[in-house]
Amino acid sequence: MKILAVCGMGLGSGLLLRMQAEKAVKRLGIDAEVEVADIGSARGGAQGADVVVTSAELAQQLGDIGVPVVVVTNFVDLDEMVTKLGAAVGT
Amino acid sequence: MTTETPTTSLSQALPVDAIALDVSAEDWRAAVTAAGEALAASGAATRDYTAEMIAAVEEYGPYIVIAPGIALAHSRPSPAVRRVGLSWVRLAEPVAFGDPDNDPVSLVVGLCSPDATSHTAALAQVASLLSDEERMAQLAAAGTPEEVRAIVLAFERDHTRSQS
Repeated sequence: MKILAVCGMGLGSGLLLRMQAEKAVKRLGIDAEVEVADIGSARGGAQGADVVVTSAELAQQLGDIGVPVVVVTNFVDLDEMVTKLGAAVGT
Repeated sequence: MTTETPTTSLSQALPVDAIALDVSAEDWRAAVTAAGEALAASGAATRDYTAEMIAAVEEYGPYIVIAPGIALAHSRPSPAVRRVGLSWVRLAEPVAFGDPDNDPVSLVVGLCSPDATSHTAALAQVASLLSDEERMAQLAAAGTPEEVRAIVLAFERDHTRSQS
Protein backbone atom coordinates (compact mmCIF):
# COMPACT_ATOMS: atom_id res chain seq x y z
CA MET A 1 0.00 0.00 0.00
CA LYS A 2 1.15 3.52 -0.70
CA ILE A 3 0.21 6.54 1.38
CA LEU A 4 0.75 10.05 0.06
CA ALA A 5 1.23 12.93 2.52
CA VAL A 6 0.24 16.16 0.79
CA CYS A 7 1.32 19.59 1.99
CA GLY A 8 2.00 23.03 0.62
CA MET A 9 5.72 22.78 0.07
CA GLY A 10 6.85 19.32 1.13
CA LEU A 11 9.15 20.67 3.80
CA GLY A 12 7.37 21.21 7.09
CA SER A 13 3.89 19.94 7.66
CA GLY A 14 4.13 17.34 4.89
CA LEU A 15 7.23 15.92 6.50
CA LEU A 16 5.43 15.91 9.87
CA LEU A 17 2.50 14.08 8.27
CA ARG A 18 4.85 11.51 6.77
CA MET A 19 6.55 10.87 10.12
CA GLN A 20 3.19 10.49 11.85
CA ALA A 21 1.81 8.27 9.09
CA GLU A 22 4.89 6.04 9.29
CA LYS A 23 4.40 5.64 13.05
CA ALA A 24 0.67 5.01 12.54
CA VAL A 25 1.38 2.36 9.91
CA LYS A 26 3.60 0.50 12.36
CA ARG A 27 1.00 0.70 15.10
CA LEU A 28 -1.74 -0.50 12.75
CA GLY A 29 0.48 -3.31 11.53
CA ILE A 30 -0.10 -2.56 7.85
CA ASP A 31 2.48 -2.85 5.11
CA ALA A 32 2.70 0.59 3.56
CA GLU A 33 5.19 3.11 2.32
CA VAL A 34 4.66 6.82 2.84
CA GLU A 35 5.70 9.51 0.37
CA VAL A 36 5.41 13.30 0.42
CA ALA A 37 4.04 15.46 -2.39
CA ASP A 38 3.36 19.17 -2.55
CA ILE A 39 -0.14 20.34 -3.39
CA GLY A 40 0.93 21.53 -6.83
CA SER A 41 1.87 18.05 -8.02
CA ALA A 42 -0.88 16.26 -6.05
CA ARG A 43 -3.71 18.21 -7.70
CA GLY A 44 -3.27 16.14 -10.83
CA GLY A 45 -3.96 12.87 -9.03
CA ALA A 46 -2.92 10.64 -6.18
CA GLN A 47 0.27 9.51 -7.95
CA GLY A 48 -0.54 5.84 -7.55
CA ALA A 49 -1.27 6.15 -3.84
CA ASP A 50 -4.08 4.20 -2.18
CA VAL A 51 -4.81 6.88 0.37
CA VAL A 52 -3.89 10.55 0.84
CA VAL A 53 -3.31 12.30 4.19
CA THR A 54 -3.46 16.08 4.36
CA SER A 55 -4.95 19.11 6.15
CA ALA A 56 -8.52 20.38 5.79
CA GLU A 57 -7.51 23.40 3.69
CA LEU A 58 -5.42 21.36 1.29
CA ALA A 59 -8.07 18.62 1.05
CA GLN A 60 -10.44 21.26 -0.32
CA GLN A 61 -7.86 22.33 -2.87
CA LEU A 62 -7.27 18.71 -3.88
CA GLY A 63 -10.91 18.03 -4.63
CA ASP A 64 -11.92 14.55 -5.73
CA ILE A 65 -8.84 12.60 -6.74
CA GLY A 66 -10.43 9.15 -6.69
CA VAL A 67 -8.88 7.75 -3.50
CA PRO A 68 -9.77 8.25 0.18
CA VAL A 69 -8.44 11.52 1.61
CA VAL A 70 -7.70 11.49 5.34
CA VAL A 71 -8.09 14.98 6.79
CA VAL A 72 -5.77 15.51 9.75
CA THR A 73 -6.52 18.28 12.24
CA ASN A 74 -3.72 17.83 14.75
CA PHE A 75 -0.43 16.98 13.04
CA VAL A 76 1.33 15.99 16.26
CA ASP A 77 -1.44 13.77 17.70
CA LEU A 78 -0.52 10.19 16.81
CA ASP A 79 -3.81 8.81 18.13
CA GLU A 80 -5.76 10.93 15.65
CA MET A 81 -3.61 9.73 12.77
CA VAL A 82 -3.94 6.09 13.81
CA THR A 83 -7.73 6.32 14.16
CA LYS A 84 -8.33 8.15 10.89
CA LEU A 85 -5.80 6.22 8.82
CA GLY A 86 -7.07 2.94 10.26
CA ALA A 87 -10.64 3.84 9.29
CA ALA A 88 -9.57 4.82 5.77
CA VAL A 89 -7.69 1.60 5.09
CA GLY A 90 -10.21 -0.59 6.86
CA THR A 91 -8.24 -2.03 9.76
CA MET B 1 17.12 7.10 4.79
CA THR B 2 19.94 6.08 2.54
CA THR B 3 21.68 9.44 2.28
CA GLU B 4 23.37 10.67 5.43
CA THR B 5 23.40 14.41 5.79
CA PRO B 6 24.86 16.20 8.80
CA THR B 7 21.93 16.33 11.17
CA THR B 8 21.02 19.27 13.31
CA SER B 9 19.35 18.49 16.61
CA LEU B 10 16.48 20.46 18.13
CA SER B 11 18.75 22.17 20.66
CA GLN B 12 21.30 23.07 17.96
CA ALA B 13 18.55 24.52 15.79
CA LEU B 14 16.98 26.49 18.64
CA PRO B 15 19.52 28.75 20.37
CA VAL B 16 18.36 31.15 23.04
CA ASP B 17 18.46 34.06 20.56
CA ALA B 18 15.68 32.37 18.59
CA ILE B 19 13.30 32.26 21.56
CA ALA B 20 10.95 35.17 22.23
CA LEU B 21 8.27 35.21 24.91
CA ASP B 22 5.02 37.10 25.25
CA VAL B 23 5.39 38.91 21.97
CA SER B 24 2.56 41.25 21.03
CA ALA B 25 1.18 40.53 17.56
CA GLU B 26 -2.00 42.09 16.23
CA ASP B 27 -2.59 39.54 13.47
CA TRP B 28 -1.14 36.39 11.90
CA ARG B 29 1.25 38.38 9.72
CA ALA B 30 2.76 40.02 12.77
CA ALA B 31 3.00 36.64 14.48
CA VAL B 32 4.82 35.05 11.52
CA THR B 33 7.02 38.14 11.29
CA ALA B 34 8.03 37.65 14.92
CA ALA B 35 9.02 34.06 14.13
CA GLY B 36 11.06 35.36 11.18
CA GLU B 37 12.72 38.01 13.33
CA ALA B 38 13.73 35.31 15.79
CA LEU B 39 15.24 33.19 12.99
CA ALA B 40 17.13 36.30 11.82
CA ALA B 41 18.29 37.05 15.38
CA SER B 42 19.91 33.62 15.61
CA GLY B 43 21.47 33.99 12.16
CA ALA B 44 19.65 30.99 10.67
CA ALA B 45 17.97 33.06 7.95
CA THR B 46 17.82 36.62 6.68
CA ARG B 47 14.72 38.80 6.90
CA ASP B 48 13.85 37.92 3.29
CA TYR B 49 12.77 34.55 4.65
CA THR B 50 10.06 36.24 6.75
CA ALA B 51 8.39 37.52 3.60
CA GLU B 52 8.65 34.04 2.08
CA MET B 53 6.88 32.50 5.10
CA ILE B 54 4.07 35.06 4.84
CA ALA B 55 3.77 34.44 1.10
CA ALA B 56 3.41 30.69 1.78
CA VAL B 57 0.37 31.28 4.01
CA GLU B 58 -1.11 33.67 1.43
CA GLU B 59 -0.67 31.01 -1.25
CA TYR B 60 -1.74 27.84 0.57
CA GLY B 61 -3.89 29.07 3.43
CA PRO B 62 -3.53 28.57 7.18
CA TYR B 63 -2.60 24.90 7.01
CA ILE B 64 0.63 25.73 8.88
CA VAL B 65 -1.53 25.73 12.03
CA ILE B 66 -0.64 22.12 12.76
CA ALA B 67 -2.23 21.62 16.17
CA PRO B 68 -4.56 23.51 18.51
CA GLY B 69 -2.89 26.87 19.19
CA ILE B 70 0.33 26.04 17.34
CA ALA B 71 1.57 27.33 13.96
CA LEU B 72 4.63 25.94 12.19
CA ALA B 73 5.71 28.91 10.10
CA HIS B 74 8.01 27.91 7.26
CA SER B 75 8.77 28.27 3.58
CA ARG B 76 10.95 26.49 1.07
CA PRO B 77 14.74 26.26 1.07
CA SER B 78 15.96 29.56 -0.43
CA PRO B 79 19.00 31.84 -0.62
CA ALA B 80 17.61 33.57 2.48
CA VAL B 81 18.30 30.44 4.55
CA ARG B 82 21.78 30.05 6.03
CA ARG B 83 21.31 26.86 8.04
CA VAL B 84 18.71 24.70 9.73
CA GLY B 85 16.92 26.86 12.23
CA LEU B 86 13.94 26.88 14.54
CA SER B 87 12.41 29.76 16.43
CA TRP B 88 9.98 29.71 19.33
CA VAL B 89 7.63 32.68 19.69
CA ARG B 90 5.07 32.66 22.48
CA LEU B 91 2.44 35.31 21.85
CA ALA B 92 1.14 37.69 24.54
CA GLU B 93 -2.38 37.33 23.11
CA PRO B 94 -3.53 34.54 20.78
CA VAL B 95 -4.23 35.54 17.17
CA ALA B 96 -6.46 33.98 14.51
CA PHE B 97 -4.85 32.45 11.43
CA GLY B 98 -8.17 31.47 9.82
CA ASP B 99 -7.89 27.78 10.70
CA PRO B 100 -11.36 26.50 11.65
CA ASP B 101 -10.07 23.69 13.90
CA ASN B 102 -6.92 24.97 15.55
CA ASP B 103 -7.36 28.73 15.98
CA PRO B 104 -6.41 30.84 17.85
CA VAL B 105 -2.63 30.52 17.79
CA SER B 106 -0.57 31.27 20.87
CA LEU B 107 2.73 29.65 19.82
CA VAL B 108 4.52 30.16 16.51
CA VAL B 109 7.40 27.81 15.74
CA GLY B 110 9.50 29.12 12.85
CA LEU B 111 11.39 26.63 10.69
CA CYS B 112 13.97 27.10 7.96
CA SER B 113 16.17 24.60 6.15
CA PRO B 114 18.72 25.00 3.36
CA ASP B 115 17.47 21.80 1.68
CA ALA B 116 14.70 19.21 1.84
CA THR B 117 16.24 16.88 4.43
CA SER B 118 18.71 18.56 6.83
CA HIS B 119 15.96 19.60 9.23
CA THR B 120 14.31 16.17 9.50
CA ALA B 121 15.76 15.21 12.89
CA ALA B 122 15.04 18.59 14.47
CA LEU B 123 11.49 18.60 13.09
CA ALA B 124 10.83 15.11 14.42
CA GLN B 125 12.02 16.21 17.87
CA VAL B 126 9.84 19.33 17.74
CA ALA B 127 6.83 17.21 16.85
CA SER B 128 7.47 14.99 19.86
CA LEU B 129 7.91 18.02 22.10
CA LEU B 130 4.68 19.63 20.86
CA SER B 131 2.75 16.45 21.69
CA ASP B 132 4.29 16.19 25.18
CA GLU B 133 1.64 17.78 27.41
CA GLU B 134 3.82 17.92 30.49
CA ARG B 135 6.70 19.72 28.75
CA MET B 136 4.30 22.01 26.93
CA ALA B 137 2.77 23.05 30.27
CA GLN B 138 6.27 23.81 31.56
CA LEU B 139 7.04 25.79 28.40
CA ALA B 140 3.82 27.78 28.69
CA ALA B 141 4.82 28.75 32.25
CA ALA B 142 8.49 29.52 31.48
CA GLY B 143 9.48 33.07 32.39
CA THR B 144 12.56 33.61 30.24
CA PRO B 145 14.07 32.35 26.96
CA GLU B 146 16.80 30.70 29.06
CA GLU B 147 14.15 28.70 30.91
CA VAL B 148 12.59 27.61 27.61
CA ARG B 149 16.01 26.56 26.38
CA ALA B 150 16.64 24.55 29.57
CA ILE B 151 13.30 22.73 29.21
CA VAL B 152 14.09 21.97 25.55
CA LEU B 153 17.52 20.61 26.51
CA ALA B 154 16.03 18.42 29.23
CA PHE B 155 13.42 17.13 26.80
CA GLU B 156 16.08 16.36 24.22
CA ARG B 157 18.15 14.41 26.74
CA ASP B 158 15.18 12.26 27.75
CA HIS B 159 13.97 11.91 24.17
CA THR B 160 17.38 10.78 22.90
CA ARG B 161 17.64 8.30 25.75
CA SER B 162 14.20 6.82 25.05
CA GLN B 163 15.02 6.48 21.36
CA SER B 164 18.27 4.62 21.86
